[in-house]
Amino acid sequence: MNILVCLKQILDPEIPARDFRVDPARREAERGSANLVTNIFCENALETALQLRERTGSAKITVLSYGQPSAEDSLRKALAMKADAAALIVNDGNANPDPLTTARVLAAAIRKLGTFDLIMVGREAGDWGAGQTGGLLAEELGLPCVSFVDRIESEGGQLRLKRQTDTGWEVLEAEPPIVATVTNDEHNLPRIPKVRDVMMSYRQPLTKWTLDDLGIEANEARAGNTYYQVAELFIPQKETRCEFVTGDTLDQKVESFAKRIVEVTSAL
Amino acid sequence: MNDVVICLFASAGFDKAAQGLAGAGRRLADELGGRLRAVVIGAGADTLALEFSRLCDTVIIADQAELAEYQPETCLNALVRLCGELSPRTVLLGNDAYSQEIAPRLAYRLGGSAVGDGVEVRVEGEALRVSRQVYGGKAQAVIELKRMPAVVWLRARSFAPAPARAEAGEVTRAALDIQADTRTRVIERKREEQGEARLEEARVIVSGGRGIGGPEPFTTELQPLADLLGAQMAASRAACDAGWVPPTWQVGQTGKKVTPDLYLAIAITGASQHMAGISEAKTISAINTDPDAPIFKHCQFGIVEDYRKVVPLLREKLAALQK
Repeated sequence: MNILVCLKQILDPEIPARDFRVDPARREAERGSANLVTNIFCENALETALQLRERTGSAKITVLSYGQPSAEDSLRKALAMKADAAALIVNDGNANPDPLTTARVLAAAIRKLGTFDLIMVGREAGDWGAGQTGGLLAEELGLPCVSFVDRIESEGGQLRLKRQTDTGWEVLEAEPPIVATVTNDEHNLPRIPKVRDVMMSYRQPLTKWTLDDLGIEANEARAGNTYYQVAELFIPQKETRCEFVTGDTLDQKVESFAKRIVEVTSAL
Repeated sequence: MNDVVICLFASAGFDKAAQGLAGAGRRLADELGGRLRAVVIGAGADTLALEFSRLCDTVIIADQAELAEYQPETCLNALVRLCGELSPRTVLLGNDAYSQEIAPRLAYRLGGSAVGDGVEVRVEGEALRVSRQVYGGKAQAVIELKRMPAVVWLRARSFAPAPARAEAGEVTRAALDIQADTRTRVIERKREEQGEARLEEARVIVSGGRGIGGPEPFTTELQPLADLLGAQMAASRAACDAGWVPPTWQVGQTGKKVTPDLYLAIAITGASQHMAGISEAKTISAINTDPDAPIFKHCQFGIVEDYRKVVPLLREKLAALQK
């Protein structure tokens, strides 16, 4: 089985709000001192793929990223987690392309890389969180799509995907090839690669292409805004003053806390 | 061409999301000078269509046996057909999992653009602009859609409902003959116990985070508190990822977006990705040992104490006060 996992490198979403700044004119977040990391749902996708390979015994996992040259680090980490091959499409245009642009670039790269039974992406990214790459990629490739998947099995040429819904979960059976978007659960927390494997990963081959190598309308991809564009980006100023309950003893504090709760809920 | 179409999967019924969606749709249709039309799909569509006929100009029931239960590809094909025939300016959906799964693909096939998780939609000249949270709730963006129709999935529960109309809208059945696409098939569907009463509809929520320390206190401490308050239980991503509670309990940027009157956050630090899920709560309160925990910046009132000491006592006090 041939599996492709798409990875996005993003600004570390764990940076505290007080250190987060945006440039309203360029409508971009400022890098500041934040690290660049692989989007967590992309890593959940890779982990789900690695576990699927472990169960089936034979599968090849290729990781693909469309991003700045620094996205190579995300791909190297994926190799250290034991992905088999990696490819980077270097984005020398709009650093925040719209989701359709991303899907078109990824689709072109996927066609150039070969044929795949299963194409996996994270359900959304921790930066812009559009949640559209998987669906649009499926459309570009003419494939079905299953979203919010957290486990995949392969059985007699069919795929079995467990996915989360608003009220519980579903299992879908699918004929490959398909696109799956992956979400997190307790079983697909990404493994931590060994330091040695991270070092070794920098000696492994990694395919690098430019937008011009893909046979797409490269300048339209560089503009990256024919689907939508960001008109404004700002940090909303909204802070509430918290009233801490007081009292000399725990009992008194909890008593007044309970009263506040009753005030709010009995008005319902 | 200035019409607004709202698409609903009937399985959730006429809930707060359905009402908010109609409200958002009505205001947008008025702004555009178009009609508000609803497309209702799935088992229970007739009942829901009746409710919507009081709010919309027209209601269309996607009538086909294959559409009774949600199947991604087949439902997508049906919506593409119906929305295509109506050629609306805008298509609105809720932010349930099915709508999120389908919306970008629906936009693609209609030649439009999609944007999700919208909290505000407005017309600006020829363009449609949608406000949404980004960077895990740390920032807000306004997205301008370039293609028509604009397909937008909304945090529908945060929109005010639509006023009832004097005259009921016309309900029609679209007899469809969509070929079932069997490349993917839902073969098993499971509702978690709590799923019966939906978290997104809850008026009071008791939520636990990493600081709870394990699965047991959710059952022994938090659940009895929730029962006293008639509340639903929820959790942060950390607690869900640890496997302490089911993933359906997760509230945050990537979990449920909830809109309760009271959200009681217990041992939750309040990372921005969590806050993104509760920004529409009326009142937020917290129990936390750290007075500098970010959660308190969003609280109307709070208590700085260990929840292990507070919760048992709080249950006693609440029970006494409720008598």
